[in-house]
Amino acid sequence: MKAKTADKIATGVIIFFAVLIVAILGGLLGFILIRGISHIDWHFLTSPSQNFKAGGGIGPQLFNSLFLLVLTMIITVPLGLGGGIYMAEYAKENKLTGFIRLVVEVLSSFPSIVVGLFGLLLFVNTFGFGYSLLSGAIALAIFNLPLMVRITEQAFRAVPREQKEAGLALGLSKWKIITSILLPVALPSLITGTILAAGRVFGEAAALLFTSGMTTPPLDFTDWNPFHARSPINPMRSAETLAVHIWKVNSEGRIPDAKDVSAGASAVLVIMVLIFNLVARWFGRVVYRKITASKQVN
Amino acid sequence: MQTSTQPRFGTEELSVFYGTNEAVKKINMEFPEKSVTALIGPSGCGKSTFLRSLNRMNDEIASAKVVGKIWMDGQDLNDKETDAVTLRQKIGMVWQRPNPFYKSIYENIAFGPRYHGTKSKKQLDEIVEQSLRRAALWDEVKDRLKESALALSGGQQQRLCIARALSVSPQILLLDEPASALDPVSTGKVEELIIELKKELRIVIVTHNMQQAARVSDSTAYFYLGNLIEHDETTKLFSNPSNQMTQEYIMGRFG
Repeated sequence: MKAKTADKIATGVIIFFAVLIVAILGGLLGFILIRGISHIDWHFLTSPSQNFKAGGGIGPQLFNSLFLLVLTMIITVPLGLGGGIYMAEYAKENKLTGFIRLVVEVLSSFPSIVVGLFGLLLFVNTFGFGYSLLSGAIALAIFNLPLMVRITEQAFRAVPREQKEAGLALGLSKWKIITSILLPVALPSLITGTILAAGRVFGEAAALLFTSGMTTPPLDFTDWNPFHARSPINPMRSAETLAVHIWKVNSEGRIPDAKDVSAGASAVLVIMVLIFNLVARWFGRVVYRKITASKQVN
Repeated sequence: MQTSTQPRFGTEELSVFYGTNEAVKKINMEFPEKSVTALIGPSGCGKSTFLRSLNRMNDEIASAKVVGKIWMDGQDLNDKETDAVTLRQKIGMVWQRPNPFYKSIYENIAFGPRYHGTKSKKQLDEIVEQSLRRAALWDEVKDRLKESALALSGGQQQRLCIARALSVSPQILLLDEPASALDPVSTGKVEELIIELKKELRIVIVTHNMQQAARVSDSTAYFYLGNLIEHDETTKLFSNPSNQMTQEYIMGRFG
């Protein structure tokens, strides 16, 4: 009887917390969307922002966020996969790899503002990249690498050992086993990890203030030569992302409609993260099905 | 059976260490052609470790060290110069838990041969059919070769793993308790398969099930605490063992 009561109480408490978390999340999401969605229209999404007048949009910021995501992932994914695969499959268990693992753990809880300052000193100043998408992308890559390495390592370690041994018993090389047998099994976790890392790129502001900068030069969306100063895909131009823009209009913005702009921009940011999540998951599922011939992700 | 001269396929003074612990102690054994050798013994007696060292699978375990010789046609497989990747192609292996690749049934079989150089679709189709037929699985899966191997039942998955091992034409098949995770019907099928396959291959099987050893094997080796206690013809070992310890084990007095 006593055990039964305790069980009931514990179940009740757990359900309460679960409901509470869902309620907080739902409330937050609803608040942001309801407040912001009325400000979103085609004009808002495509026109450049204003510095003093009302009626500015977030076009360049939206583009910057997406482009910075692409640049960051181009750096993060190969390095993260490489590091994680090395830690899981090649590194011997000794003091050095223990130390590397410790460094990765510490780095993953590093404050992003410190990463930003580091980026300012090294990439912006010493390397002379200036406030640029490239500086921002490298800083964010540093910020995201520990996460990517850890997730990759764990994803590969979670593959049953018999999978690897089955490959060995067929006389396959280690590289072939990693790319053709272990990678497909690890893929769902890797996709989740990539989505997490990407979400941090969308949301990050502190690390970008001093690296990709707080301004965007006037962009010419008809010029796609990456070496032209006004080209949107020039990696050496400064770029204010959506998250940085939200911070800026709230803290030092002088536009009269700052509240509306930040509400709209917040809603766009949330919607963008959601869309990215869904698309990435869908894409991952298609790839997983293709290479494993399975009907659903397990 | 114990010999100090080179066997065609067998071990000479083979020991396996985990750190300083000697898990397998100086085993001399020969595995004759076209026959099934069963390794029996209580848990932890070293029989699986011994089996896994035969295709250098213990290379993958950092703390394990294998000393001694493993002979195959005059070549010492345990020599540092011997390339483990190529030798494993000649020695197939099947595990306790079915471990099909996360791929289609077809790909599970075709993967190894394609890697080793068979590129033509026609040849691969043939290998797939042949291997599945030899594993007595063809009729059950021939209409769904493109489906995931994970959708098969446990017993079918295990026969698929046997077919996969056969796909690269090994000369030896190592079976590590291949039926212990299967239901009785599937177990029966796997046993029939073993008896069928020994017409062409050397087979070494680790089993906890003494009836199974008696049913499928030609010779049986009893392991205890890393030592090979007795190795003899299966009928002789089960009816009239020469060693007291073997007698006690097969009578079920311990282990």
